[in-house]
Amino acid sequence: MMQALHDPKLLWVFGSVLFLLILLGFIGDIQKERLRNDADRSTIDNLIARISAWWKMCAIFVLTLLVGRVGTLLVFAVLSFVAMREYMTLVPTRRGDHRALFWSFFLIMPLQYYLVGIQWYGFFAIMIPVLAFIFVPTLIAIHGDTEHFLERSAKIQFGLMVCVYCFSHAPALLLLDIPRFEGHNARLLLYMGIVVEMSDVMQYLWSRLIGGHKIAWRVSPSKTWEGFLGGVITATALGAVLWWITPFTPLQSAGMSFMICILGFAGGLVMNAIKRDIGIKDFGVVIEGHGGILDRIDSLCFAAPIFFHLVRYYFVP
Amino acid sequence: MSKGIHPVASILAAIARGISGVQVQWAGCEPSERQRIYFANHTSHLDFVVLWSALPSDIRARTRPIAAKDYWEETWLRRYMVENVFKAVLVERGAVSKTNTSEETKHVSRSLIEDIVTALGETNSLILFPEGTRGTGEKVEEFRGGLYHLALRRPDVELVPAYLENMNRILPKGEFLPVPMLSLLTFGKPIHLEPGEEKDAFLERAREAVSSLRRIGVS
Repeated sequence: MMQALHDPKLLWVFGSVLFLLILLGFIGDIQKERLRNDADRSTIDNLIARISAWWKMCAIFVLTLLVGRVGTLLVFAVLSFVAMREYMTLVPTRRGDHRALFWSFFLIMPLQYYLVGIQWYGFFAIMIPVLAFIFVPTLIAIHGDTEHFLERSAKIQFGLMVCVYCFSHAPALLLLDIPRFEGHNARLLLYMGIVVEMSDVMQYLWSRLIGGHKIAWRVSPSKTWEGFLGGVITATALGAVLWWITPFTPLQSAGMSFMICILGFAGGLVMNAIKRDIGIKDFGVVIEGHGGILDRIDSLCFAAPIFFHLVRYYFVP
Repeated sequence: MSKGIHPVASILAAIARGISGVQVQWAGCEPSERQRIYFANHTSHLDFVVLWSALPSDIRARTRPIAAKDYWEETWLRRYMVENVFKAVLVERGAVSKTNTSEETKHVSRSLIEDIVTALGETNSLILFPEGTRGTGEKVEEFRGGLYHLALRRPDVELVPAYLENMNRILPKGEFLPVPMLSLLTFGKPIHLEPGEEKDAFLERAREAVSSLRRIGVS
Protein backbone atom coordinates (compact mmCIF):
# COMPACT_ATOMS: atom_id res chain seq x y z
CA MET A 1 0.00 0.00 0.00
CA MET A 2 3.01 2.25 0.63
CA GLN A 3 3.55 2.52 -3.12
CA ALA A 4 0.38 4.61 -3.21
CA LEU A 5 2.53 7.41 -1.84
CA HIS A 6 4.60 7.28 -5.03
CA ASP A 7 1.53 7.31 -7.24
CA PRO A 8 1.58 10.78 -8.90
CA LYS A 9 -2.03 10.60 -10.09
CA LEU A 10 -3.27 9.72 -6.62
CA LEU A 11 -1.19 12.48 -5.07
CA TRP A 12 -2.50 14.99 -7.61
CA VAL A 13 -6.13 14.25 -6.90
CA PHE A 14 -5.71 13.92 -3.17
CA GLY A 15 -3.64 17.10 -3.07
CA SER A 16 -6.39 18.94 -4.96
CA VAL A 17 -8.93 17.67 -2.45
CA LEU A 18 -6.85 19.02 0.43
CA PHE A 19 -6.36 22.33 -1.38
CA LEU A 20 -10.10 22.65 -1.96
CA LEU A 21 -10.80 21.85 1.68
CA ILE A 22 -8.48 24.62 2.84
CA LEU A 23 -10.05 27.03 0.36
CA LEU A 24 -13.57 26.05 1.43
CA GLY A 25 -12.57 26.47 5.05
CA PHE A 26 -11.53 30.09 4.39
CA ILE A 27 -14.66 30.85 2.38
CA GLY A 28 -16.79 29.30 5.12
CA ASP A 29 -15.16 31.47 7.78
CA ILE A 30 -15.61 34.64 5.76
CA GLN A 31 -19.22 33.89 4.82
CA LYS A 32 -20.08 32.99 8.37
CA GLU A 33 -19.20 36.51 9.47
CA ARG A 34 -21.06 38.17 6.62
CA LEU A 35 -24.37 36.36 6.49
CA ARG A 36 -27.22 37.67 8.59
CA ASN A 37 -30.07 35.65 7.07
CA ASP A 38 -30.99 32.53 9.12
CA ALA A 39 -31.49 30.23 6.13
CA ASP A 40 -28.11 31.17 4.66
CA ARG A 41 -26.51 30.76 8.05
CA SER A 42 -27.83 27.24 8.40
CA THR A 43 -26.54 26.37 4.91
CA ILE A 44 -23.10 27.62 5.84
CA ASP A 45 -23.17 25.77 9.16
CA ASN A 46 -24.13 22.59 7.33
CA LEU A 47 -21.21 23.07 4.92
CA ILE A 48 -18.77 23.79 7.73
CA ALA A 49 -19.87 20.58 9.48
CA ARG A 50 -19.32 18.67 6.24
CA ILE A 51 -15.88 20.19 5.76
CA SER A 52 -14.75 19.09 9.20
CA ALA A 53 -16.07 15.59 8.49
CA TRP A 54 -14.17 15.59 5.18
CA TRP A 55 -10.96 16.45 6.97
CA LYS A 56 -11.46 13.43 9.17
CA MET A 57 -12.17 11.23 6.15
CA CYS A 58 -8.98 12.49 4.51
CA ALA A 59 -7.03 11.67 7.65
CA ILE A 60 -8.49 8.17 7.68
CA PHE A 61 -7.65 7.79 3.99
CA VAL A 62 -4.02 8.78 4.57
CA LEU A 63 -3.89 6.41 7.52
CA THR A 64 -5.10 3.50 5.38
CA LEU A 65 -2.37 4.32 2.83
CA LEU A 66 0.32 4.30 5.47
CA VAL A 67 -0.50 1.23 7.50
CA GLY A 68 -0.60 -1.51 4.88
CA ARG A 69 -3.17 -4.20 4.22
CA VAL A 70 -3.73 -5.47 7.76
CA GLY A 71 -3.80 -1.94 9.13
CA THR A 72 -6.30 -0.82 6.51
CA LEU A 73 -8.65 -3.64 7.38
CA LEU A 74 -8.30 -2.79 11.05
CA VAL A 75 -9.14 0.86 10.41
CA PHE A 76 -12.29 -0.10 8.51
CA ALA A 77 -13.20 -2.75 11.07
CA VAL A 78 -13.00 -0.13 13.82
CA LEU A 79 -15.26 2.20 11.80
CA SER A 80 -17.70 -0.68 11.31
CA PHE A 81 -17.60 -1.37 15.02
CA VAL A 82 -18.33 2.23 15.94
CA ALA A 83 -21.15 2.45 13.40
CA MET A 84 -22.77 -0.77 14.58
CA ARG A 85 -22.39 0.34 18.18
CA GLU A 86 -24.37 3.49 17.41
CA TYR A 87 -26.96 1.53 15.49
CA MET A 88 -27.52 -1.19 18.10
CA THR A 89 -27.62 1.37 20.93
CA LEU A 90 -30.50 3.23 19.34
CA VAL A 91 -32.43 0.33 17.83
CA PRO A 92 -34.63 -1.28 20.47
CA THR A 93 -33.45 -4.76 21.41
CA ARG A 94 -34.56 -7.04 24.20
CA ARG A 95 -32.86 -9.12 26.82
CA GLY A 96 -33.23 -12.23 24.64
CA ASP A 97 -31.07 -10.67 21.92
CA HIS A 98 -28.02 -10.44 24.16
CA ARG A 99 -26.13 -13.50 22.92
CA ALA A 100 -26.94 -12.77 19.29
CA LEU A 101 -25.64 -9.23 19.73
CA PHE A 102 -22.51 -10.41 21.46
CA TRP A 103 -21.61 -12.78 18.65
CA SER A 104 -22.49 -10.15 16.05
CA PHE A 105 -19.88 -7.84 17.52
CA PHE A 106 -17.21 -10.35 18.43
CA LEU A 107 -17.52 -13.16 15.91
CA ILE A 108 -19.38 -12.07 12.78
CA MET A 109 -17.76 -8.65 12.41
CA PRO A 110 -14.12 -9.74 12.84
CA LEU A 111 -14.72 -12.81 10.67
CA GLN A 112 -16.08 -10.65 7.85
CA TYR A 113 -12.98 -8.45 7.85
CA TYR A 114 -10.73 -11.47 8.13
CA LEU A 115 -12.38 -13.00 5.06
CA VAL A 116 -12.03 -9.75 3.15
CA GLY A 117 -8.38 -9.66 4.19
CA ILE A 118 -7.56 -13.14 2.93
CA GLN A 119 -9.54 -12.34 -0.24
CA TRP A 120 -11.79 -15.37 0.11
CA TYR A 121 -14.41 -13.80 -2.08
CA GLY A 122 -16.83 -16.73 -2.17
CA PHE A 123 -17.02 -16.79 1.62
CA PHE A 124 -17.12 -13.09 2.48
CA ALA A 125 -19.84 -12.49 -0.09
CA ILE A 126 -22.19 -14.95 1.61
CA MET A 127 -21.09 -14.84 5.25
CA ILE A 128 -23.59 -12.28 6.54
CA PRO A 129 -26.41 -12.63 3.98
CA VAL A 130 -26.51 -16.42 4.42
CA LEU A 131 -24.72 -17.61 7.55
CA ALA A 132 -25.46 -14.72 9.91
CA PHE A 133 -29.00 -14.68 8.55
CA ILE A 134 -29.44 -18.20 9.92
CA PHE A 135 -27.27 -17.80 13.01
CA VAL A 136 -28.84 -14.66 14.51
CA PRO A 137 -32.52 -15.72 14.63
CA THR A 138 -31.50 -19.18 15.80
CA LEU A 139 -29.69 -17.75 18.81
CA ILE A 140 -32.65 -15.51 19.62
CA ALA A 141 -35.05 -18.44 19.26
CA ILE A 142 -32.92 -20.59 21.58
CA HIS A 143 -33.27 -17.92 24.26
CA GLY A 144 -37.00 -18.38 23.93
CA ASP A 145 -38.41 -14.84 24.01
CA THR A 146 -40.83 -14.67 21.07
CA GLU A 147 -42.11 -11.14 21.69
CA HIS A 148 -41.47 -9.13 18.47
CA PHE A 149 -39.25 -12.03 17.36
CA LEU A 150 -39.33 -11.23 13.66
CA GLU A 151 -38.69 -7.52 14.20
CA ARG A 152 -35.76 -8.14 16.50
CA SER A 153 -34.09 -10.63 14.18
CA ALA A 154 -34.60 -8.30 11.24
CA LYS A 155 -33.19 -5.29 13.08
CA ILE A 156 -30.00 -7.07 14.06
CA GLN A 157 -29.58 -8.55 10.60
CA PHE A 158 -30.11 -5.14 9.00
CA GLY A 159 -27.48 -3.59 11.26
CA LEU A 160 -25.00 -6.30 10.32
CA MET A 161 -25.75 -5.86 6.63
CA VAL A 162 -25.31 -2.09 6.62
CA CYS A 163 -22.56 -1.53 9.17
CA VAL A 164 -20.46 -4.60 8.49
CA TYR A 165 -21.29 -6.32 5.23
CA CYS A 166 -21.89 -3.31 2.98
CA PHE A 167 -19.19 -1.19 4.54
CA SER A 168 -16.56 -3.95 4.30
CA HIS A 169 -16.79 -3.70 0.51
CA ALA A 170 -14.96 -0.36 0.65
CA PRO A 171 -11.65 -1.87 1.86
CA ALA A 172 -12.35 -4.89 -0.36
CA LEU A 173 -11.82 -2.53 -3.32
CA LEU A 174 -8.17 -2.30 -2.32
CA LEU A 175 -7.70 -6.01 -2.80
CA LEU A 176 -9.10 -6.47 -6.31
CA ASP A 177 -6.61 -7.65 -8.93
CA ILE A 178 -7.27 -5.38 -11.89
CA PRO A 179 -4.91 -5.94 -14.85
CA ARG A 180 -2.66 -2.96 -15.67
CA PHE A 181 -3.91 -1.24 -12.50
CA GLU A 182 -1.78 -3.10 -9.93
CA GLY A 183 -0.82 -1.03 -6.94
CA HIS A 184 -3.29 1.74 -7.78
CA ASN A 185 -6.41 0.40 -6.03
CA ALA A 186 -6.31 3.17 -3.43
CA ARG A 187 -7.37 5.47 -6.27
CA LEU A 188 -10.64 3.55 -6.60
CA LEU A 189 -11.40 4.17 -2.93
CA LEU A 190 -10.58 7.86 -3.32
CA TYR A 191 -12.68 8.04 -6.49
CA MET A 192 -15.71 6.46 -4.82
CA GLY A 193 -15.31 8.70 -1.77
CA ILE A 194 -15.10 11.87 -3.85
CA VAL A 195 -18.12 10.99 -5.99
CA VAL A 196 -20.28 9.96 -3.02
CA GLU A 197 -19.46 13.08 -1.03
CA MET A 198 -19.81 15.43 -3.99
CA SER A 199 -23.14 13.88 -4.87
CA ASP A 200 -24.32 14.38 -1.28
CA VAL A 201 -23.25 17.98 -0.98
CA MET A 202 -24.30 18.95 -4.51
CA GLN A 203 -27.76 17.55 -3.97
CA TYR A 204 -27.98 19.63 -0.84
CA LEU A 205 -26.75 22.80 -2.54
CA TRP A 206 -28.93 22.43 -5.65
CA SER A 207 -31.92 21.81 -3.38
CA ARG A 208 -31.16 25.00 -1.50
CA LEU A 209 -30.66 26.93 -4.73
CA ILE A 210 -33.54 25.88 -6.96
CA GLY A 211 -35.34 23.09 -5.11
CA GLY A 212 -39.11 23.04 -4.87
CA HIS A 213 -40.52 19.59 -5.55
CA LYS A 214 -39.94 17.27 -2.63
CA ILE A 215 -39.12 13.61 -3.31
CA ALA A 216 -40.08 11.98 -0.02
CA TRP A 217 -40.90 14.88 2.28
CA ARG A 218 -41.95 12.63 5.11
CA VAL A 219 -38.50 11.02 5.21
CA SER A 220 -36.12 13.79 4.15
CA PRO A 221 -37.74 17.20 3.88
CA SER A 222 -34.56 18.64 2.39
CA LYS A 223 -34.37 16.27 -0.58
CA THR A 224 -35.98 17.69 -3.72
CA TRP A 225 -36.15 16.52 -7.34
CA GLU A 226 -34.22 19.58 -8.50
CA GLY A 227 -31.49 18.91 -5.96
CA PHE A 228 -31.39 15.23 -6.81
CA LEU A 229 -31.04 15.80 -10.54
CA GLY A 230 -28.61 18.69 -10.15
CA GLY A 231 -26.49 16.74 -7.66
CA VAL A 232 -26.42 13.55 -9.70
CA ILE A 233 -25.53 15.39 -12.92
CA THR A 234 -22.81 17.48 -11.28
CA ALA A 235 -21.22 14.56 -9.44
CA THR A 236 -21.49 12.26 -12.47
CA ALA A 237 -19.74 14.89 -14.58
CA LEU A 238 -17.04 15.23 -11.96
CA GLY A 239 -16.63 11.45 -11.81
CA ALA A 240 -16.33 11.31 -15.60
CA VAL A 241 -13.63 13.98 -15.50
CA LEU A 242 -11.73 11.84 -13.00
CA TRP A 243 -11.60 8.87 -15.43
CA TRP A 244 -7.82 9.15 -15.71
CA ILE A 245 -7.28 7.93 -12.15
CA THR A 246 -9.44 4.82 -12.72
CA PRO A 247 -9.22 1.78 -14.99
CA PHE A 248 -12.36 3.10 -16.78
CA THR A 249 -12.84 5.02 -20.03
CA PRO A 250 -14.49 8.45 -19.63
CA LEU A 251 -17.87 7.01 -20.60
CA GLN A 252 -17.51 4.04 -18.23
CA SER A 253 -16.43 6.40 -15.51
CA ALA A 254 -19.57 8.49 -16.04
CA GLY A 255 -21.65 5.31 -15.77
CA MET A 256 -19.90 4.24 -12.56
CA SER A 257 -20.28 7.68 -11.02
CA PHE A 258 -23.94 7.74 -11.97
CA MET A 259 -24.48 4.43 -10.15
CA ILE A 260 -22.56 5.66 -7.12
CA CYS A 261 -24.68 8.83 -6.98
CA ILE A 262 -28.00 6.98 -7.21
CA LEU A 263 -26.94 4.46 -4.55
CA GLY A 264 -25.57 7.13 -2.27
CA PHE A 265 -28.92 8.87 -2.50
CA ALA A 266 -30.70 5.61 -1.70
CA GLY A 267 -28.43 5.00 1.30
CA GLY A 268 -29.08 8.44 2.75
CA LEU A 269 -32.82 8.11 2.21
CA VAL A 270 -33.08 4.65 3.80
CA MET A 271 -31.02 5.62 6.83
CA ASN A 272 -33.15 8.73 7.24
CA ALA A 273 -36.27 6.56 7.19
CA ILE A 274 -34.78 4.40 9.94
CA LYS A 275 -33.99 7.47 12.03
CA ARG A 276 -37.57 8.69 11.59
CA ASP A 277 -38.78 5.27 12.65
CA ILE A 278 -36.67 5.33 15.82
CA GLY A 279 -37.61 8.97 16.38
CA ILE A 280 -34.26 10.73 16.19
CA LYS A 281 -32.72 13.18 13.74
CA ASP A 282 -29.13 11.95 13.71
CA PHE A 283 -27.57 8.80 15.06
CA GLY A 284 -24.92 10.98 16.68
CA VAL A 285 -27.27 13.39 18.45
CA VAL A 286 -28.62 11.22 21.22
CA ILE A 287 -25.19 10.13 22.29
CA GLU A 288 -23.29 13.40 22.08
CA GLY A 289 -19.55 13.09 21.87
CA HIS A 290 -19.81 9.85 19.98
CA GLY A 291 -19.60 11.31 16.53
CA GLY A 292 -22.45 9.91 14.53
CA ILE A 293 -20.25 7.86 12.22
CA LEU A 294 -23.35 6.20 10.86
CA ASP A 295 -24.66 9.58 9.65
CA ARG A 296 -21.45 10.05 7.71
CA ILE A 297 -21.17 6.65 6.07
CA ASP A 298 -24.81 5.97 5.17
CA SER A 299 -24.39 6.91 1.49
CA LEU A 300 -21.12 5.03 1.26
CA CYS A 301 -22.65 1.86 2.70
CA PHE A 302 -25.06 1.49 -0.19
CA ALA A 303 -22.62 2.59 -2.88
CA ALA A 304 -19.64 0.45 -1.84
CA PRO A 305 -20.95 -3.09 -2.49
CA ILE A 306 -22.48 -2.25 -5.88
CA PHE A 307 -19.39 -0.33 -7.01
CA PHE A 308 -17.25 -3.24 -5.85
CA HIS A 309 -19.30 -5.77 -7.78
CA LEU A 310 -19.43 -3.65 -10.94
CA VAL A 311 -15.65 -3.25 -10.91
CA ARG A 312 -15.14 -6.90 -10.13
CA TYR A 313 -17.54 -8.09 -12.80
CA TYR A 314 -16.27 -5.90 -15.63
CA PHE A 315 -12.63 -5.27 -14.83
CA VAL A 316 -11.31 -8.32 -12.99
CA PRO A 317 -10.79 -11.21 -15.39
CA MET B 1 -8.66 0.76 54.77
CA SER B 2 -5.36 1.07 52.96
CA LYS B 3 -4.69 4.13 50.86
CA GLY B 4 -4.63 4.11 47.09
CA ILE B 5 -6.39 2.16 44.38
CA HIS B 6 -5.81 -1.55 43.75
CA PRO B 7 -4.22 -1.94 40.28
CA VAL B 8 -6.82 -4.52 39.28
CA ALA B 9 -9.51 -1.97 40.12
CA SER B 10 -7.93 0.57 37.78
CA ILE B 11 -7.68 -1.99 34.98
CA LEU B 12 -11.29 -3.08 35.44
CA ALA B 13 -12.41 0.54 35.49
CA ALA B 14 -10.66 1.18 32.19
CA ILE B 15 -12.18 -1.94 30.64
CA ALA B 16 -15.65 -1.08 31.91
CA ARG B 17 -15.39 2.42 30.48
CA GLY B 18 -14.27 1.04 27.13
CA ILE B 19 -17.01 -1.53 26.89
CA SER B 20 -19.77 0.79 28.03
CA GLY B 21 -18.54 3.79 26.01
CA VAL B 22 -20.00 5.78 28.87
CA GLN B 23 -20.61 9.45 28.49
CA VAL B 24 -20.69 11.22 31.83
CA GLN B 25 -22.71 14.33 32.52
CA TRP B 26 -22.58 16.26 35.76
CA ALA B 27 -26.00 17.82 35.35
CA GLY B 28 -26.87 18.80 38.92
CA CYS B 29 -23.48 19.22 40.58
CA GLU B 30 -19.74 19.19 39.98
CA PRO B 31 -17.20 16.57 41.10
CA SER B 32 -16.21 17.53 44.63
CA GLU B 33 -13.88 16.55 47.44
CA ARG B 34 -16.62 16.71 50.04
CA GLN B 35 -18.17 13.59 51.53
CA ARG B 36 -20.98 12.20 49.44
CA ILE B 37 -23.21 9.21 49.05
CA TYR B 38 -23.83 8.52 45.39
CA PHE B 39 -27.03 6.55 44.92
CA ALA B 40 -28.09 5.15 41.56
CA ASN B 41 -30.36 2.72 39.76
CA HIS B 42 -29.01 -0.80 39.51
CA THR B 43 -29.27 -3.10 36.48
CA SER B 44 -25.81 -4.55 35.90
CA HIS B 45 -22.51 -5.60 37.43
CA LEU B 46 -20.97 -2.77 35.43
CA ASP B 47 -22.91 -0.15 37.39
CA PHE B 48 -20.55 0.27 40.29
CA VAL B 49 -17.32 0.11 38.26
CA VAL B 50 -18.58 2.60 35.69
CA LEU B 51 -19.90 5.04 38.28
CA TRP B 52 -16.71 4.72 40.27
CA SER B 53 -14.49 5.22 37.22
CA ALA B 54 -16.41 8.38 36.33
CA LEU B 55 -15.09 10.09 39.46
CA PRO B 56 -11.77 11.99 39.36
CA SER B 57 -8.98 9.69 40.59
CA ASP B 58 -8.28 11.45 43.91
CA ILE B 59 -11.97 11.22 44.82
CA ARG B 60 -12.12 7.67 43.50
CA ALA B 61 -9.47 6.54 45.99
CA ARG B 62 -11.76 7.61 48.82
CA THR B 63 -15.02 6.23 47.45
CA ARG B 64 -16.23 2.76 48.40
CA PRO B 65 -19.22 0.73 47.25
CA ILE B 66 -21.80 -0.84 49.51
CA ALA B 67 -22.34 -4.45 48.45
CA ALA B 68 -24.60 -7.31 49.48
CA LYS B 69 -22.84 -9.82 51.72
CA ASP B 70 -24.87 -12.88 50.67
CA TYR B 71 -24.05 -12.44 46.98
CA TRP B 72 -20.46 -11.28 47.18
CA GLU B 73 -19.27 -13.85 49.68
CA GLU B 74 -20.51 -16.80 47.65
CA THR B 75 -17.29 -17.60 45.76
CA TRP B 76 -13.66 -16.81 46.51
CA LEU B 77 -13.32 -14.71 43.37
CA ARG B 78 -16.27 -12.52 44.31
CA ARG B 79 -14.99 -12.21 47.85
CA TYR B 80 -11.52 -11.25 46.65
CA MET B 81 -12.95 -8.67 44.23
CA VAL B 82 -15.17 -7.06 46.76
CA GLU B 83 -12.84 -7.11 49.77
CA ASN B 84 -9.40 -6.50 48.29
CA VAL B 85 -9.96 -4.88 44.93
CA PHE B 86 -12.88 -2.53 45.51
CA LYS B 87 -12.76 -2.43 49.32
CA ALA B 88 -16.50 -2.62 49.55
CA VAL B 89 -18.56 -2.19 52.68
CA LEU B 90 -20.44 -5.48 52.98
CA VAL B 91 -23.95 -5.39 54.39
CA GLU B 92 -26.44 -8.13 55.04
CA ARG B 93 -29.33 -7.75 52.65
CA GLY B 94 -32.78 -8.42 54.08
CA ALA B 95 -31.38 -8.74 57.60
CA VAL B 96 -33.99 -6.33 58.89
CA SER B 97 -36.95 -8.16 57.39
CA LYS B 98 -35.73 -11.46 58.88
CA THR B 99 -36.16 -10.15 62.40
CA ASN B 100 -39.22 -11.09 64.43
CA THR B 101 -39.71 -8.45 67.10
CA SER B 102 -39.51 -4.71 66.71
CA GLU B 103 -36.70 -4.65 69.27
CA GLU B 104 -34.68 -7.00 67.08
CA THR B 105 -35.43 -4.95 64.00
CA LYS B 106 -34.20 -1.80 65.66
CA HIS B 107 -31.10 -3.53 66.86
CA VAL B 108 -30.16 -5.12 63.53
CA SER B 109 -30.82 -2.05 61.43
CA ARG B 110 -28.93 0.13 63.89
CA SER B 111 -25.83 -2.08 63.72
CA LEU B 112 -26.09 -2.15 59.92
CA ILE B 113 -26.21 1.60 59.72
CA GLU B 114 -23.42 1.88 62.26
CA ASP B 115 -21.20 -0.27 60.02
CA ILE B 116 -21.83 2.04 57.13
CA VAL B 117 -21.37 5.19 59.15
CA THR B 118 -18.04 3.82 60.38
CA ALA B 119 -17.02 3.19 56.80
CA LEU B 120 -17.91 6.75 55.90
CA GLY B 121 -15.62 8.09 58.59
CA GLU B 122 -14.49 11.66 58.20
CA THR B 123 -13.24 11.55 54.61
CA ASN B 124 -14.79 8.71 52.65
CA SER B 125 -17.65 8.70 50.18
CA LEU B 126 -19.93 5.79 49.32
CA ILE B 127 -21.73 4.35 46.34
CA LEU B 128 -25.09 2.82 47.12
CA PHE B 129 -27.74 1.09 45.03
CA PRO B 130 -30.85 1.54 47.16
CA GLU B 131 -33.02 -0.80 45.07
CA GLY B 132 -31.02 -3.56 46.74
CA THR B 133 -30.80 -5.75 43.66
CA ARG B 134 -30.32 -5.53 39.91
CA GLY B 135 -33.49 -4.74 37.97
CA THR B 136 -34.47 -5.04 34.31
CA GLY B 137 -33.90 -1.38 33.52
CA GLU B 138 -37.52 -0.64 32.67
CA LYS B 139 -38.09 1.40 35.80
CA VAL B 140 -36.41 2.30 39.06
CA GLU B 141 -37.82 0.02 41.75
CA GLU B 142 -38.77 1.09 45.25
CA PHE B 143 -35.84 2.06 47.49
CA ARG B 144 -34.91 0.23 50.66
CA GLY B 145 -34.59 2.14 53.90
CA GLY B 146 -30.82 2.40 54.31
CA LEU B 147 -30.53 5.70 52.50
CA TYR B 148 -33.04 7.29 54.89
CA HIS B 149 -31.20 6.11 57.99
CA LEU B 150 -27.88 7.33 56.60
CA ALA B 151 -29.39 10.70 55.78
CA LEU B 152 -30.74 10.89 59.34
CA ARG B 153 -27.47 9.87 60.89
CA ARG B 154 -25.12 11.98 58.75
CA PRO B 155 -27.02 15.10 57.57
CA ASP B 156 -23.70 16.73 56.59
CA VAL B 157 -23.08 14.20 53.79
CA GLU B 158 -24.40 15.17 50.37
CA LEU B 159 -26.73 12.64 48.74
CA VAL B 160 -26.06 12.68 45.00
CA PRO B 161 -28.53 10.89 42.71
CA ALA B 162 -27.17 9.26 39.55
CA TYR B 163 -28.80 7.48 36.63
CA LEU B 164 -27.03 4.77 34.67
CA GLU B 165 -28.55 4.23 31.28
CA ASN B 166 -28.31 1.16 29.04
CA MET B 167 -26.13 -0.87 31.42
CA ASN B 168 -28.82 -3.56 31.49
CA ARG B 169 -28.39 -3.95 27.73
CA ILE B 170 -24.60 -4.07 27.93
CA LEU B 171 -24.32 -6.63 30.71
CA PRO B 172 -27.70 -7.78 32.04
CA LYS B 173 -28.23 -9.90 35.10
CA GLY B 174 -27.29 -13.50 34.40
CA GLU B 175 -24.92 -12.82 31.49
CA PHE B 176 -21.15 -12.61 31.69
CA LEU B 177 -20.33 -11.54 28.14
CA PRO B 178 -20.90 -7.83 27.48
CA VAL B 179 -22.35 -6.25 24.34
CA PRO B 180 -20.46 -3.00 23.69
CA MET B 181 -23.37 -0.60 23.32
CA LEU B 182 -23.07 3.01 24.38
CA SER B 183 -24.28 4.23 27.76
CA LEU B 184 -24.93 7.41 29.68
CA LEU B 185 -24.28 8.36 33.27
CA THR B 186 -25.94 11.45 34.67
CA PHE B 187 -25.28 12.95 38.09
CA GLY B 188 -28.16 15.00 39.47
CA LYS B 189 -28.65 17.71 42.06
CA PRO B 190 -27.82 16.59 45.63
CA ILE B 191 -30.80 16.05 47.90
CA HIS B 192 -31.12 16.35 51.67
CA LEU B 193 -33.50 15.02 54.25
CA GLU B 194 -35.99 17.80 55.07
CA PRO B 195 -36.69 18.46 58.75
CA GLY B 196 -39.51 16.21 59.86
CA GLU B 197 -39.74 14.40 56.52
CA GLU B 198 -41.31 10.92 56.72
CA LYS B 199 -39.23 7.91 55.71
CA ASP B 200 -41.48 6.79 52.84
CA ALA B 201 -41.85 10.30 51.47
CA PHE B 202 -38.09 10.81 51.50
CA LEU B 203 -37.37 7.48 49.84
CA GLU B 204 -39.92 8.20 47.14
CA ARG B 205 -38.40 11.64 46.57
CA ALA B 206 -34.95 10.05 46.31
CA ARG B 207 -36.25 7.47 43.84
CA GLU B 208 -37.82 10.24 41.79
CA ALA B 209 -34.52 12.17 41.84
CA VAL B 210 -32.83 9.16 40.25
CA SER B 211 -35.44 8.25 37.66
CA SER B 212 -35.92 11.86 36.54
CA LEU B 213 -32.33 11.83 35.24
CA ARG B 214 -33.21 9.34 32.53
CA ARG B 215 -32.39 10.74 29.09
CA ILE B 216 -33.25 8.07 26.49
CA GLY B 217 -36.66 6.55 26.01
CA VAL B 218 -38.53 9.41 27.69
CA SER B 219 -41.48 10.56 25.64
